[in-house]
Amino acid sequence: MCLAIPGKIVELLPERENLALVEVSGVRRKIDVGLLDDDPAKVGDWVLIHVGFAMSKISESDAADQMRVLAMLGEDEAAMQEIEGYGLGGVELTG
Amino acid sequence: MRFVDEFREPELINKATQEIRRLTDPARHYRLMEVCGGHTHAIYRFGLKDLLPPNIELIHGPGCPVCVLPMGRIDDGLSMTEQPDVIFTAFGDMMRVPGTHGSPLEYKARGADVRIVYSPADALKLAQNNPDRHVMFFAIGFETTAPSTALTLMRARALGIRNFSVFCNHVTIIPAIRAILDSPDMRLDAFIGPGHVSTVIGCRPYEWIARHEGKPIVVSGFEPLDMLESIVMLLRQLKDGRVEVENQYKRVVPWEGNRAALKAMAEVFQLRPYFEWRGMGFISQSALRLRDSYAEFDAEQRFRIPGIRVTDPKAAQCGEVLKGVLKPAQCKLFGRECTPENPVGALMVSSEGSCAAYYNYEHRKAALTHLSAQ
Repeated sequence: MCLAIPGKIVELLPERENLALVEVSGVRRKIDVGLLDDDPAKVGDWVLIHVGFAMSKISESDAADQMRVLAMLGEDEAAMQEIEGYGLGGVELTG
Repeated sequence: MRFVDEFREPELINKATQEIRRLTDPARHYRLMEVCGGHTHAIYRFGLKDLLPPNIELIHGPGCPVCVLPMGRIDDGLSMTEQPDVIFTAFGDMMRVPGTHGSPLEYKARGADVRIVYSPADALKLAQNNPDRHVMFFAIGFETTAPSTALTLMRARALGIRNFSVFCNHVTIIPAIRAILDSPDMRLDAFIGPGHVSTVIGCRPYEWIARHEGKPIVVSGFEPLDMLESIVMLLRQLKDGRVEVENQYKRVVPWEGNRAALKAMAEVFQLRPYFEWRGMGFISQSALRLRDSYAEFDAEQRFRIPGIRVTDPKAAQCGEVLKGVLKPAQCKLFGRECTPENPVGALMVSSEGSCAAYYNYEHRKAALTHLSAQ
């Protein structure tokens, strides 16, 4: 939750304001980009994501660094689980 | 130096560690606190302590949102599952945190409608998809997650949604740092400032730490080299007798923070007069509640909340560990009654908690060394 997940904006979605499609390691999910208001999101931007919201723009190389940090911390699986969970509402727990 | 081979720029790491040695006065003991739980995790994972001279002590701070929540608040939140129409939602980090009568996961096993969400926006969507139910979102986190809750509530109000509420447990980092500095049993020299919290609040709020408390602070990134560079910057300040706020993580953290996020927080939240932190007692103006203009979405106003106060399990010393007075392994329960598989205290639950980090890296390593020696 403290560690952000890096992703690339691939599409701004028309279905509601501030909704964008983001790609993280090949997985595409909808996120909210309404907290980037001062510097609106554009297709191709790299962003840091916290709990389904883009919080800041970063460079592509910083995005790669952040992904590597997550992997080194053993948090990459949890990060992908979070990304995959977005937009699905509640996810049933197993076990 | 066990993880040094994984470091991307070993020559820069070596340069930074040499600089740290050069700047360190061997006659002096340095106590540096990393405020953020992500940094605590990184310090153990990367074995950074092995790269530092023995007279530099890293003290783990209170920056783990799950860990600082007192058990009474967990009980209060779970009390809402008694309402038949309520769907209890929370982040995955919360699910294994023990309340008096079990964790949210255990409540679920007993039949309560408890669901993981990965975003407050998902909790709102769940409310839209279940108009005959009430969706309560158990909100936790520092300023990294509070703006997302705020924007979700603004959206809920704009959409006129009536079956959604937030049980707000958002906390703010600056008053916690102040409380630690006020604590008589705590002596610190400087702070490694949180990285991602600072993308929201910026660097300016830390200026009082420099100005009023006389403690240097460097906002730091999460890579091993980032953290070593931050330590170099702190040691330089201490050596030169400077007391400043510096930003090592400039590539991500703007000095002024994220104005849109701060605006959303100001629209939806106001400071509580005081809030209880696990092990640290009541800290004034350290947490957020919903403004009266958002009262219809405030679970504390919509439901009868018991306002439970629970003292931590007697033998557990979470509070002392949280304040940095005790190291994780100095707690009587550490590694025996309290393990990541079977946590007694919240610091053992979250990967950002110092007990879990210490257990997963240091404790397991020690156990393996012991086994291989036999």
